[in-house]
Amino acid sequence: MTQASLFRRITDFANRADPYPLYEELRRTPVLHEEEDGPYVVSSFWDIESLLHDPRISSDAANLAAAGDELAEAQSTGLPPSFLRLDPPEHDRLRRIANSAFGPPHKPRRIESMRGELHEIVGGLIDGFGEAREIDLVDQFAYPFPVTVICRLLGVPREDEPRFRSWVDPLVASLDPETRESADEEFVKAAQEARMQLGMYLAGLVEQRTKDPQDDMLSDLADSRGPEGAMTMMEVMSTAVLLLIAGHETTVNLITNGMLTLLRHPDVLRRLREDPGLAANIVEELLRYEPPVQIVPQRTCIADIEVRGVTIPKGSRIWLMLAAGNRDPERFKDPERFDPDRGDIQHLGFGSGIHSCFGAPLARLETQIALTELARRLDSPRLVEDPPPYRQNAVLRGPRHLRIAFDKLR
Amino acid sequence: MAADHVDRLRREGRIVIVGASLAGLRAAETLRAEGFAGSLTMIGDEPYEPYDRPPLSKAVLLGMASPHRTELPRRREIDAKWRLGVAATGLDLSAKRVRLADGDEVEYDRLLIATGVRARPWFKEEEGRLDGVFLLRTRDDAAGLLQRLRSARRVFIIGAGFAGCEVASACREMGLAVTLAERAGAPLVGALGGVIGAVAAELHTENGVDLRTGVTVTALEGDPAGRVRAVHLSDGGEVETDVVVVSLGSLRNTEWLTGSGLGAGPRGIACDAGCRAFDFRGIVTDDVFVAGDVARSPHALFGYQFLSLEHWGNAVAQAETAAHNMICRGADRRPHLWMPAFWSSQFRVNIKSVGVPPMGDQIMITQGSPAERRFVGVYGYKGRVVAAVSFDNTRWLEFYQRQIERGAPFPVEYATVDRRPEGRQPVDADFPDPSLPTHGPTVTLSGYSPADQQLVFTPAHH
Repeated sequence: MTQASLFRRITDFANRADPYPLYEELRRTPVLHEEEDGPYVVSSFWDIESLLHDPRISSDAANLAAAGDELAEAQSTGLPPSFLRLDPPEHDRLRRIANSAFGPPHKPRRIESMRGELHEIVGGLIDGFGEAREIDLVDQFAYPFPVTVICRLLGVPREDEPRFRSWVDPLVASLDPETRESADEEFVKAAQEARMQLGMYLAGLVEQRTKDPQDDMLSDLADSRGPEGAMTMMEVMSTAVLLLIAGHETTVNLITNGMLTLLRHPDVLRRLREDPGLAANIVEELLRYEPPVQIVPQRTCIADIEVRGVTIPKGSRIWLMLAAGNRDPERFKDPERFDPDRGDIQHLGFGSGIHSCFGAPLARLETQIALTELARRLDSPRLVEDPPPYRQNAVLRGPRHLRIAFDKLR
Repeated sequence: MAADHVDRLRREGRIVIVGASLAGLRAAETLRAEGFAGSLTMIGDEPYEPYDRPPLSKAVLLGMASPHRTELPRRREIDAKWRLGVAATGLDLSAKRVRLADGDEVEYDRLLIATGVRARPWFKEEEGRLDGVFLLRTRDDAAGLLQRLRSARRVFIIGAGFAGCEVASACREMGLAVTLAERAGAPLVGALGGVIGAVAAELHTENGVDLRTGVTVTALEGDPAGRVRAVHLSDGGEVETDVVVVSLGSLRNTEWLTGSGLGAGPRGIACDAGCRAFDFRGIVTDDVFVAGDVARSPHALFGYQFLSLEHWGNAVAQAETAAHNMICRGADRRPHLWMPAFWSSQFRVNIKSVGVPPMGDQIMITQGSPAERRFVGVYGYKGRVVAAVSFDNTRWLEFYQRQIERGAPFPVEYATVDRRPEGRQPVDADFPDPSLPTHGPTVTLSGYSPADQQLVFTPAHH
C-alpha cells in the first residue's frame, strides 16, 4: 500500500489532533511539491517570512481561481472579494478605510475602550456555568465570546447571532482544503448562498446605520466622508463578512487551543492565576505554539520565485505552513517546548506583511482577558479527555469540544 | 597572553566613552550586557543624560512631546561615572588619556569615540546670532525654537534636507506660514535624487509650503533690536520673516582630535569593519573604537566604500558591534554590516529607505505611484540593486533589502503587485553632481582609503 503523500497526511483529519510530527517531517523539504497540479508547500520560518513580504506573491482570488482552486471560483461570484483576497492597490485602499474605523490614528481607543465590556462578557459567561462542575469550553465560552465581541464592535444586534451561525459555519467550512477537495455542487452552492444571505442581512443593517449612525464599525465603514475615502455598499458588506468570519472563528480557536495548552501545562496555568501580568507573554507563546491559523493556503506567485534553490514557477499555488514555521529550530530555540518566558517571540501566528492579521489587537485583548479569568475562577481545572475531538478544518484548527472538569467556581 | 589580557580588561579594565548620546548609551549597555565589569566613564558635552533626537523635528514641534522628555529608555543599568556638560578637548594616544574642557584628564584602557555631529551653523556668524535664528540639533535648540514658534508669523527654513523638510511639515501642521529654500532643484535631492525630490516638492507645495528651489540665501537681515526680520535670496528676492531655521546639514565633531594622530577629519573618523579607528597613517589602532555619526566604516555590500551614516539605526548597531569588539577575543570580533536605513515623517507620509540611494544612477518605481504618494522606488548601479525608497509602503522594504544584500540585478525584470505603466522602465535617478556644493547628504561615500588625501574637502563655510 503506497503511503499517502505528506501533504495529504497533513490535511487528513486523522492527524488533526497532532500534526506537529508531520510538520517536522515537512520542514526537511523546504519546498515540497508532490503533485503536479498541487501547491508548493513552504514550511521554514525564514522562507515563509520572506514570502509574506514578497511583492511577487499575490492574494488575488482571481489568480487563485486561474491556478485551479475550485472554491475560490465559487467565492468570486456574489459579493466582491474582501481585502484579504485582493492585491495592492485595491487591497491597500480597502484596508486603509477599514483600519480608519478600527485603530490608530483615527480610532486609537476603539479596541482599548472595549476592555471593560470584554471583562463583563467573560464574567457573565463564566457565571453562566452555574452549578456545573464540568463544561464544554467551546460551546459555553470560547464560541459565544468572540461572536458577541464582533457583534458589538460592528454594531450587529446580539439577538441575531443564531442566524449568523447558520451562515458562517458553511462559509468557514469552505476554507478547509479537505472539504474543498470533496466539494460537490451542492456544497459549493450552499457556501455561495450562505455568503449572499449574510451579505444581505448586513446590507440591511448598514443602510440603517447610514441613515442613523451609531458609534460602531459598520457606521464608520458606511460613512462616505471618512478620512480615507468611501467604500461602496458592496465593499462594506464584503468587509463586514470578512471581519465577522475572521473575527470569531480564529479567536474561538485561540482561546480553546490556549486553554487546552494551559491545562496540559498546569504550572503555567498556576503562574497565570497568581500573576495576571503574564497573560500577554502567554498569549504570544500560544500564537507560536498552537496558532489558530495553521496554514495560509491561498497565495499564488505572479513571477518565478526561487526558494532555497527551488524555482516556483509563475502562476503556482503556494501554501505557507505557519504552524510549521513557528516550530522551526532554525528560528526558535527548543521550538517544541511551550515556554512563555522565551524572550524572542516574533511568531507567524498573525502572519506578516501587508495581510498580517487585521484584528490582532482585538484578538490579543480578548484572549488575554479570557484566559486570565478562566485561570482565576476555575478551581483545579482539568481536561476530561485528551486529545479532545477536533473540527474538520485543517487551516483554522481547533477542538470542536473541550470538556473541562473543575472543583468549583470562584 | 592575549587571552589573559582580554580577561583582565573585562574584569577590571577602564573603558571611557566620549559621547553620551544614542551610540554612547547603547555601547555602554552592550558592554555591561556582555559582562564587562570594569570601570566605565561616560563623557558628554551636553549637560543632559542621553536623549533621543528624531522627535525634536517631529513630535516635539507638533506639541506632542516635550523637548525635555525625549530621554532614551535605558535597556539596563550601566553603572557608569558620568561627566556631563563637559566637552573632550584632546586625545593623547600614546598616554591613553582624554583631555576635558575643565582641565581634567581621564585615562583609559579602551576608548570609544561617539561624539557624533553638530548642526552646521549659518556661515555668517553675526547673522547667525540674530534673535530668531535657530539651528535644530539639540534639546535646547528644540525648546528655544518651539517657544518662538508659538508667536511666529512666518518660519523661513534654509535647506530642504530631511530636518528642514520635517520642520516645514511640523510648522505647516501648526498653521504657520512656511518658506523653505533649497539650493538644489528640489527637496531631498542629495539623499534620494531628483525623481524622488520632485515628489517631495509636490508634497510640500500641496501642503502650503512656499518652496523656493534653485536659490540660496545670501543674507539674514536684522532689525535695530537685533531680531531677524528678513531673508535675502540669490535671485534678488526678499522674504520678511521672524523665525529662521538653518538646516544645512552637519559637521562631524572631530576638531578635538586635531593633532592626536587619529585618522580624523571633516568627514569623520575612519575605522575598520570592526570599528577600530585608523591613525592618520592608515594603521589601525588597538584601543580606540568609533561608532555612530562620527564614524566612517568600510561596507562590504557597497564595494568596501567608506560610509559615514547619520542614521539612527546605524548608531545603535555600530555601538553594539564596537562594544562587543572592545571586550572580546580576536576570533570573536564581528564586522559592522548594518544595512543603511533611515526614515522620515513629513505631512503624515512615512518615507523610508534602505541601502545607499546616492550610489544609484537609475531608479524604477516597482510598486505604486508617485502621483498617489504611495510607492516603492528601486535604485540601480551598474546593473545591480543598491537601494530602495518607500513612501507609505514600508512593509515592502524588507524584500528589497534582501535584493540589495544579494546584489540582485537591475533593472527589476520580474512582475510585482501594483506595478504601474510608468514603472516598467528605469529612469535616471537624477542625483546632483557631487562636486557641486549642496547640503550634505546623510550618507557620504568617501572612497577606499581611510587616509585618502584626495577627498573633496567640504569647507566649513557655506
